[in-house]
Amino acid sequence: MLLINCPYCGEREQEEFSCGGEAHIERPKNPPDLNDDQWADYLFLRQNIKGLQYERWNHSFGCRQWFNVARNTATDEILAVYKMGEKPPVVESNDPITPCGEPAIGSGNFSTSKKS
Amino acid sequence: MIKSPKKYSVFSLVKNAFSYHENWQPAWKNPEIKKEYEAIIVGGGGHGLTTAFYLAKNHGVKNIAVVEKGWIGGGNTGRNTTIIRSNYLWDQSAAIYDHALKLWEGMSQELNYNVMFSQRGVMNVAHNLHDVRELKRRWHANRLNGVDCEWLDTKEVKKFCPVINTSPNIRYPVMGATLQRRAGTARHDAVAWGYARGADSMGVDIIQNCEVTGININNGNVTGIETTRGTINSKKIGVVSAGHSSVIAKMAGIKLPLESRPLQALVSEPVKPVIDTVVMSNTIHAYVSQSDKGELVIGAGTDGYNSYSQRGGFNIVEDTIMAIVELFPLFSRMKMLRHWGGIVDICPDASPIISKTHINGLYFNCGWGTGGFKATPGSGWVFAHTIANDQPHALNAPFSINRFSSGELVDEHGAAAVAH
Repeated sequence: MLLINCPYCGEREQEEFSCGGEAHIERPKNPPDLNDDQWADYLFLRQNIKGLQYERWNHSFGCRQWFNVARNTATDEILAVYKMGEKPPVVESNDPITPCGEPAIGSGNFSTSKKS
Repeated sequence: MIKSPKKYSVFSLVKNAFSYHENWQPAWKNPEIKKEYEAIIVGGGGHGLTTAFYLAKNHGVKNIAVVEKGWIGGGNTGRNTTIIRSNYLWDQSAAIYDHALKLWEGMSQELNYNVMFSQRGVMNVAHNLHDVRELKRRWHANRLNGVDCEWLDTKEVKKFCPVINTSPNIRYPVMGATLQRRAGTARHDAVAWGYARGADSMGVDIIQNCEVTGININNGNVTGIETTRGTINSKKIGVVSAGHSSVIAKMAGIKLPLESRPLQALVSEPVKPVIDTVVMSNTIHAYVSQSDKGELVIGAGTDGYNSYSQRGGFNIVEDTIMAIVELFPLFSRMKMLRHWGGIVDICPDASPIISKTHINGLYFNCGWGTGGFKATPGSGWVFAHTIANDQPHALNAPFSINRFSSGELVDEHGAAAVAH
């Protein structure tokens, strides 16, 4: 389970939060002009990154505020927490060496050599 | 039946017994990688191996490679709770899952490998009026689609599975259940090994410990893959990489509607036979069966966030255990032995994608989410057809990637029972 540092309430257990998925997806400014593929891209298609991902969280069983989190999806490390509307911070993350491979502090299912 | 010099039978067992079982041959080879293949399958799980198997068997493709980053059966094929059923609500899903179920019924014979398929029945339990209506709707839909299904009232549930708690005084009382008698379980490792052996005997190269790092594309045509063991050329590439589908798709510049999440399962200490069916509950999210070794096999839910870490939260396990203990109070003193997670790729409509892409020769079979194991043979069957003919089989045409643009989704989220 993750320990998330809510910018309004401080550190709380992840059970209190709900994840809102990929952050910084803007609602199209010109909805009537969009074709079906563009709508599909906005509604359904996601980057689903292995490694550093910027995502939205809601403190749904707490202050009910939305905020953003930078998290490494390969290790579950939370690297930064920042408020809605702020630009994603530049953070260093322990990304996998090969695209599908495991990070240095991974899940134990190593298929490629670890970083020393 | 596979023609193989090393056919398994009671005679081969006796013969090998005389040599103290020291002369069994490997079930599949460890081949040298060729420069070029007619087709490459990325991902050596159940779905990838069945794809290669049926490409060779049904479509006569001779020169096939299966490229696997880890080892055969080390991913989700060896991590699921082995439940097989086809009682899905919508026509499209019922058709493909029932096709798979029919293949399961002949699988051990077809492969000459005992996958221990056991049609012990799957019971989906209702706990409130909404459940009763929803499950009865699915029962009728199943019967219209030719999928066997029965409705059991509370007394019949108790008779079919005596250890279940049918007291009306529990928080979520048992108000009835649907039962699919043809459904059941199989030994998941044996499925991977059996198809690997079957594919290998038809000349498929199974290449383990070889991770794909790039997809080569020239003028909209796929030309091969880059791997940790060098370049391999092919004009047809089928990607069946489950949780990592988005990562592979990114190499070809494709974005998929997938979210990869941890899904957990656990097994208890082994005990004598106590539950001879599969019990699933949608509402309180519990599903349990007993393996032939005697362990209770329990499936938990997915975590609510994306992760590739193959670890989930303890709160998810706790929720599932609470539900199991309420339904089966006699399990409350049992110890859990092992617990693990796998990464599942979930589509917005909880249905798979078995599809061509806008790149010629590149095909994706993904998005099976939490319920891919039961579809293993059917998935490979239709995906092999799609790759061989460059057009989908009638069964997987509704599962094209284009449905996210057309809006023709196959919404199985609530309808298929949350626990797959």
